[in-house]
Formats: sequence, C-alpha cells, structure tokens
Amino acid sequence: MSASVAAPAKYEMVVGLEVHVQLRTRTKLFCNCSTQFGDPPNRNTCPVCLALPGSLPVLNESAVELAVRAALALNAKVQEESIFARKNYFYPDLPKGYQISQFDKPLAIEGQLVIGEQADGSPLRVGITRVHMEEDAGKSIHDRYPAATAIDLNRAGTPLIEIVSEPDIRSAAEAGSYLRLLRQVLEYVDVSDLNMEEGSLRVDANISIRARGTAKLGTKTEVKNMNSFSGVERALEAEFARQVAIVEAHGRVEQETLLWDADRGTVRPARTKEGSHDYRYFPDPDLPPLRLTKEWIERLRDRLPELPDARRQRFATEHKLGSYDIDVLTASPRIAEYFEAVAHAHGDSKTAANWVMGEVLAVLKNTGVPLDRFSVRPADLATLLDMVRSGAVSNSAAKRIFALMVQTGDRPEQIAEREGLAQVGDEAQLTAWVDQVIADKAAEWQRYLAGEKKLLGVFVGAVMKSSGGRADPRKVNQLLATRASG
Amino acid sequence: MTVPVASAAELARQHAMGTTPPGKTVEQAFARAAEVDAGPSGLNAMLWHDRDAALGAAAEVVELARQGNRPGPLAGVPVVVKDNIATLTMPTTCGSRILEGYVSPFEATVVTRLRTAGAIIIGKTNMDEFAMGSSTENSAYGPARNPLDPTRVPGGSSGGSAACVAAGIVRVALGSETGGSVRQPAAFCGIVGVKPTYGRVSRYGLVAFASSLDQVGVFGRTVEDAAIGLGVIAGRDRYDSTSADVAVDDYVATASESLHGVVIGRPREYFPDSLDARIRERCDAALEKLRELGATVRHVSLPHTDLAIPTYYIIAPAEASSNLARFDGVRYGVRAKATALREMYADTRSHGFGREVTRRILLGTYVLSAGYYDAYYRKAQEVRALIASDFQNVFDRGVDVLFTPTAPTPAFPIGAKADPYEMYLSDIFTATANLAGIPALSLPIGRVDGLPVGGQVMGRHFAEAALFRVAFAIERALGEAAHR
Amino acid sequence: MSVTENEVRHVAVLARLGLDADQIPTIAAELNGILAHMEILSRVDTSAVGAVTGIGAAGTPLRVDGGNQIPLVRPREAFAPAMRDGFLLVPRLATHEDQDAESP
Repeated sequence: MSASVAAPAKYEMVVGLEVHVQLRTRTKLFCNCSTQFGDPPNRNTCPVCLALPGSLPVLNESAVELAVRAALALNAKVQEESIFARKNYFYPDLPKGYQISQFDKPLAIEGQLVIGEQADGSPLRVGITRVHMEEDAGKSIHDRYPAATAIDLNRAGTPLIEIVSEPDIRSAAEAGSYLRLLRQVLEYVDVSDLNMEEGSLRVDANISIRARGTAKLGTKTEVKNMNSFSGVERALEAEFARQVAIVEAHGRVEQETLLWDADRGTVRPARTKEGSHDYRYFPDPDLPPLRLTKEWIERLRDRLPELPDARRQRFATEHKLGSYDIDVLTASPRIAEYFEAVAHAHGDSKTAANWVMGEVLAVLKNTGVPLDRFSVRPADLATLLDMVRSGAVSNSAAKRIFALMVQTGDRPEQIAEREGLAQVGDEAQLTAWVDQVIADKAAEWQRYLAGEKKLLGVFVGAVMKSSGGRADPRKVNQLLATRASG
Repeated sequence: MTVPVASAAELARQHAMGTTPPGKTVEQAFARAAEVDAGPSGLNAMLWHDRDAALGAAAEVVELARQGNRPGPLAGVPVVVKDNIATLTMPTTCGSRILEGYVSPFEATVVTRLRTAGAIIIGKTNMDEFAMGSSTENSAYGPARNPLDPTRVPGGSSGGSAACVAAGIVRVALGSETGGSVRQPAAFCGIVGVKPTYGRVSRYGLVAFASSLDQVGVFGRTVEDAAIGLGVIAGRDRYDSTSADVAVDDYVATASESLHGVVIGRPREYFPDSLDARIRERCDAALEKLRELGATVRHVSLPHTDLAIPTYYIIAPAEASSNLARFDGVRYGVRAKATALREMYADTRSHGFGREVTRRILLGTYVLSAGYYDAYYRKAQEVRALIASDFQNVFDRGVDVLFTPTAPTPAFPIGAKADPYEMYLSDIFTATANLAGIPALSLPIGRVDGLPVGGQVMGRHFAEAALFRVAFAIERALGEAAHR
Repeated sequence: MSVTENEVRHVAVLARLGLDADQIPTIAAELNGILAHMEILSRVDTSAVGAVTGIGAAGTPLRVDGGNQIPLVRPREAFAPAMRDGFLLVPRLATHEDQDAESP
C-alpha cells in the first residue's frame, strides 16, 4: 500500500489533449442541410451528406471564418494554404466511408495557451500543435431496437475543429486548467455552444508516464469517453496510476485505446478489432486547397473581440479590481460585458463588481436563467446603485428592490415608489423619530449615555421600525451621535 | 447499316419549326433501338429505357414551343446517357450489381442542362462496371457490342453510349472519361468523342471513379453534334467545387474558322515503331490535309509519355478505392442478408462488385496503405506533374494543338484481352490528357480491315474551341474517306 | 516490391471485401503482375516537382452558410434498404465498445 503511495512521486504524467469543437454554423460543412439539434432522425440529410452516388462537397464560408477565429484566439499561425484530406474507414454512421478532415497541411499550427504560472513566476504554457477543420459523423444508437443499430445522419457533416495540444501537460490539474481556459477563450470568440453534454465539445487524452527528470517519452495510451472536465482529471489520474503500477511491476505499457467508466472510476480497454487503424490519408480530390490571403486573415484578427487575457489586464488597470474579482467577472464574456455596462453607467467599478458577483450571479445560478434572458438590464441595475449611493434607498431596501426587479423586470425607481421603499433622509422627520425613540426608551438611553455603547443598535433598530425601514441608517446614526454628545 | 438520321442541329430546327414532331423522332429512335439493340444478338448498348417518359417529354417540347418559349439548341433531340450519370427516372446502376434497381433521387447537373436545352433522354447506356475498363466487357449486365462488327467490343468504359450513336439510335450521347473512356470507344465505333478540360463540365451527379481525372464526355455522330452537346453541358456549377469559372466558347462557330497559322504538334512518343503502320499512315494523311489547309506541322516530344499508364493505374484505383467505400448496403443499393455488420459489408461488396472492380479496389487500397503511400501514390502524383509539364512546355513553345492516334489498335474481339495489364495498355495514348487535365477529342480518320480508326486532337486547358476548329477541318477535308 | 498473400488478406479487410480463401493466390499474382509495371516510377527523378494536389486550383470556392437543403425527389424510404421511424437500420454491432474502438 505504501509503495503505491510513494511510487507516483517518482513519475510524472505526460499528457496531450485532443479537443473537438462543433462550430455554430447554420448549415453543415459541405452542404446546406441544417445543423439544428434535435430534429427528427435523418430529416436534415441530402445527397451530399447521405453520400449518394454522384454527390460532391462544397465548403461553408462561415465555418472557415469561425475556425480561423478560434485558431487566432489560440495564438496559432493560420496557414494561407491548407488542404482537406480523406480519412478512410468503415462505420455505418460515416456515409462516405471516409471523413473529410485535414492531415498534412492543417488550417493552423503552433499555437499556445498560458494556463498559469510556474513556480518561478514564468508563464506555464501549453503548446497547440494544430487546429484543423473536419466534418462530424452521424449518430449510432445501439439499444433502441433489438438486434439492430439505428443510424441518424442529421449530425453527419456538421463542422468541427480539432484542437491538438502538445504533450506539455504534466498533471490532471493542469489538464483541467487547460480545458477550462480553452473553453473560455472559445466562448470569448463565440464559435461554438461548447456544451459537453450535448456533444459540441469532446475531449480525448493521450497519456504516458516517465521517471521525473528524464526526457524520453513512454508509450502512450489513448483515453476516451470522458464527459466532463472533472471526468478528464479523474480519468488521467486513474490511467496514471494504472501505468505506474505496470512499470513498477517491471511490465510494459501497451499502446491501446481505453474508455473511462465514470460510474466505476476506472479505465477499461476498448474492444479493438485487429491492430491500429490505417486511415490511408490522401488529399481530397473533390476540394481544391483552401486559400486565405494574409489580408483576410489580418482583417479577421482585427475583428476579434477582446480576449480573456487582455480583458483581465484591462480590468486590473481600468477598474482597479483584484485578481479574484477579475477571475469571476471575466470567466464568461457575457458576464464581463454585463458588469462593464453597469460599471460604466454607475461610475463605481467596485460596487458594480460586488453586486454582479453577489446578487446577479446568485440569481442566475439559482434560477438557471441564461444572462441573455435575465430580466434586470444593466442600465437599471446601475440606476439602483446610483440610488443607494445618493441615499435615496438603503442598502437593504435595494436588495429588496433588486429581487422585485428580477421578478418583474420593472425599473428600480418605479418599484421603490410603488413599494414605498424610498429612504427617508429628511432631517426634520428623522429627528422626530429619533426624539420619539429616545423618549420611549429613556432608561436604555441613560445606560447608553453612561457607557453601554452596544445599545446604539437598539435605538437605530427602533427608529428603523418606526420608519417602516425607510430611515437612512447613516443619518440616524449621526443624529443619535449628535444627541448623545449634545 | 447506317440509317440516315438528321443531325442534332437539323432535328432541333425541324422540331422548332414544326416540320417534324419530336414524338416522331423519339419513335424513330426507339424503332432503331428495337432493331439493333435488344435481344440475344443485339448490341446491348442500352440498359434502361423509358418510351412513355420520352414521349411525354416530346409532348412538353411541343407545348413549350406553343407557349412561345424559345426552343433550346437540342429541342426534341433524343439522347442517351451513360449509366453512371444520375437521372431521376430510370435506374443509375453504373453497370454494377451493387446498384441494381437504384433510382437516384437527385439529378446530375449535366442532365438538367440537357433537359433545359430541350433534349429528350431516352435511355441509360451500358458501361464497364464503375467505368473501370476499356471494352464494356466488365458490365454486370452483359457486354455491349460494336455496331460495325458485333463480334468486337465497342470500346470502354462508355461503350454503350458510343454504340448507340454509331448504330444510328441517337446523334448525341453522354459518356464519362477517366483514362480515355469516351475517346477510345469513339475511335472503335467510328464516331466523334470529346473529353473536356478537367473542370469544364460539372461532375455533380457523375458517380465518381477517380475524382481528379473524371469528366463527363460527349459523343457525336459528327463534330457538329458533339460541339452542340458540349456547348449545352459545359460551364461552372456551384455544386462541384472543382468546376471552373471560365466562359464557354461557341464551339459550333469554329467550323468556319481558318487553319492558317495554326501549329500542330506531332509527338514522336505517340508514333512508336511498334505502332500499326496503317494507323500511322491514316494519321499522317490527316496531318497532310491539315497542312494543305494552311496549318504547320511540327515534330515534338513529350518525353514522359511512357510513364502514363503506370501513373494512371496507381492514381485512379487509389481514388476509386476511396470513392467506392460508400457502397456498403447501409443507405441505398443492394444489401446482403447478414446478422453482423462486418458480414453485411463484406458480403454486400463481394457479391455486388465484379472482378475488375474488386481488383482495382484492392490495388488502390494497397497503394494508399501505410508504408506504401510515399512509394506509390505520392510518387505517382509527382510523375503526373512531369507528364503535365511535358504538355505545358510544348504549348509554351507555340504549339496550338497536338495530333496523335487515339488507340494503338482498332476494336478487338470480345474476350480477346484476358490479361488485365494488356487491357490497361488500350489507354496508352489517351490517359495522358486525363492526367494533365487538358481537353482531347477523337474523330474518325479512316478504316483498317474495315474497322474504324480514330485520330486524337489535344489542346491547352479550356481551349476546346481550338480542338473543334481542327476537327471540323479534318472532317470536312476527309469527307467519306474517314469511313473507308 | 511484391504483395504477399497476407497483405492481400489485410488489404481486403481494410476495404471490407469478402474474398474466398481460394481466390487469394490468384489475386496476389494479378496484383503483383500489375505492380511490376509500376516499378519504373521509382527510377524517375521527381525532385524538381511538387505533387499535384488538385488540378485547376484557384482555391476551393466558398458557399454561403444558409439557403435550402438540396431536395430529394423521393423519400429516403424509397431507396434505403432498411429504415424504421426515420432511422437507418443495420445489424447491431457486437458490443457498444466496438463503436468507440472503430469510431475514432
């Protein structure tokens, strides 16, 4: 037992990740069929994606744009000429008997993501070997009918990009960071729904181990069937442990494909037929090379939205927020935009940040409502914050107003008036309430004057009660202090 | 044997003017087919035909004219189409069992263009299975026969279409080319056959054999028939990414163009010592006619010609092995009964494909497979570039067109060529044009032992007009001597 | 280079062609006969050229992301060998794992 606990420290894992992302185009990569999810089976099929004899592929320009946007956001070099290649294998949900992908000359190469910091403070980079375009296969459903597999080709031909990392990842945690960051960058450039449950984002891992401090790569295995980022982390740890056990027992790691079983927490070998695949890649003669001019690529780069890194830096300098706040607010580009709209309208970034991170995110999380359907408009939230700052409403009243804004979508001024939540700051009125309370609680007042400072809350509370919660607590405190000293 | 059928242009004119009802022309075509094509001793040139649909289309032509629409250049003209070109009615089997009974739910662009021009597709023609062959003996539906000598092959793989034109059933037919499958049958049957520049004509709806080589080709009884046919089908198609955005010339108008100043190259590699002296003599006679008309003949060399067949027979089967993977019994076509998927694939394909197709798929898979890709497929593509540059060099030095024999022999007897590679050598003069993507045309230039001999004209990319100009001139100059 | 009978078997599996055992020697001989003619290519100096990757390549044309699906003139059931409730049916694969193994 202790040996297997000590052993892992001797070894490090060497991991590369292959991520497939479905691009959010209206139509498929090589034909006009809709990419709409959930339509009746085989409804969105035509001669091209059914691979009827005589059909031919024609490339979708929006898919190219989205793929290039993704590649640029990943700091990759977009190639002016790239080539589509056929990957040949037989499977019933692969209509042509080959997948149109890219092999020798992919769309983009040599990208990178900085996923954190190393111990010495230098950036921790994961290289991205390539980003290439390819079409998706259809769906095979094995358990719907007895003794048959049901094939739905609606998905066949949907545009994908495949993002292949260098084997730069050294731990399950790094893998998780890489995936989270990758997802964030892709969300920022808005190229995909990025939904692992729906299959618009898929991850396969290649992992080998070696003794720490050595350079030679071990035999790698491929791990598939992970359905979440945490699943990837757990699967990598499981496979790492399995490989370590083999090596420690002086065995040899076999090159194979393994499937992650999330329920059991183990990996098991996939049943392969004989040997590894021979895909017999060759350039697809039905598609001339994809030619992109330098000018076109640069124009696309200019039109990229602000990326997470740049945004984080700008939030630090412009909004002067701390790193925790920045991380939360920039995690999603839509949240970041919402926050900025509030901050610019209200003029106080810190208050805006607190409210967005606190109230807004809590409501979104609890209700599951997406931000683009959220009932509170940034301008209205800013107005609410203005009202707090000016003293028109108290902080606690504001929280109540906010809750009503969420429910109704109404403006804060309307709600405040309707509910009578406007804060009272009128000196005369406040003085009247204070005097009344002091008179009512004369005994406690004497004790307070004698030194029981804790009793201040009793008077403030009583004034708040008399005023139905509308008294401005700051002013009440001031008046009480004046009374006490006068 | 020849039944005088008016030219396509003349037929279209008669139909347009109302002097001949298109229905009558259609009936004549079917009558001729019944005479020569059907039955155990028939030509077996047509696999499927639909008389009712054809008569219906004829009636539509009349109706459209009555409504004042301008008649198309092929108004009411019966044509046949090779069975690897998708039509909405009548099956598209590619001469194979694996597509027996398959009726395409979409139509090839070339078929749409024919119909828009008023043509009436009366039948689908016999072919070597999946266009793999040079004799139409590899059809799952029986061989086709040469109308000039039914003991001989009509050539392949578009033998059925060629035979229909030669037998006088139609004036215009569509075939397809990958290594010579229109020109060689045209030569064997004594008619005109054109392979356009790669990308000149849409491949959408042409069942793919070798995608970087395939083109739809046109047969005509005369040069004019072929010129009209090509003019109708050529032009960019947005459904074919390899289709070129180049304007289509008026091929028929080239008939009146002079040959003064035209430089004709005679490449020595196409006139080897082993070439049948009578074929050489027919070619040189045609060249002499061209000189008389003002052209200059220049001796040139295309040094990589002898590499064409090995190159072609690596590239074409490789691409075919991938293109034919879709025939798996899953979505269409024939499916073998099986309880396991692997068995279903294997039985469907082994029972569905014939011997030559199986051989080429195996060859193609092998040359693409790991360890062999660089030595075979990549190497062949590089040699292909050398073959293409041979032509480019010659054209760059001022040669306008090249003139050669189309085939090394006239039509051979059915069953004569048992060895596969010997059969492949039939393409020896034609495959270079497919590899280089340049246009080429074959027309009759005489007879040897009573069998037709074809002369081949090749030209620059998209210079089909130059080919027709020379072909019209030869046809006019030779007259009846072309068929003697 | 010559093709062995094992290689013929392997290639037949790659191509999903069910060959009878007794056909294999003949096919191997035929393929070797054909490939012998290809040997000449290995002696050609192609160092000066790049491979042809698409004749007439002005760059692949791009299609607008929209428009109508290419219509089918008759329903899929008319040409599909086996359909049910809109799904295409094939004999069930041996196990679910086969899918993940074969479908990369």
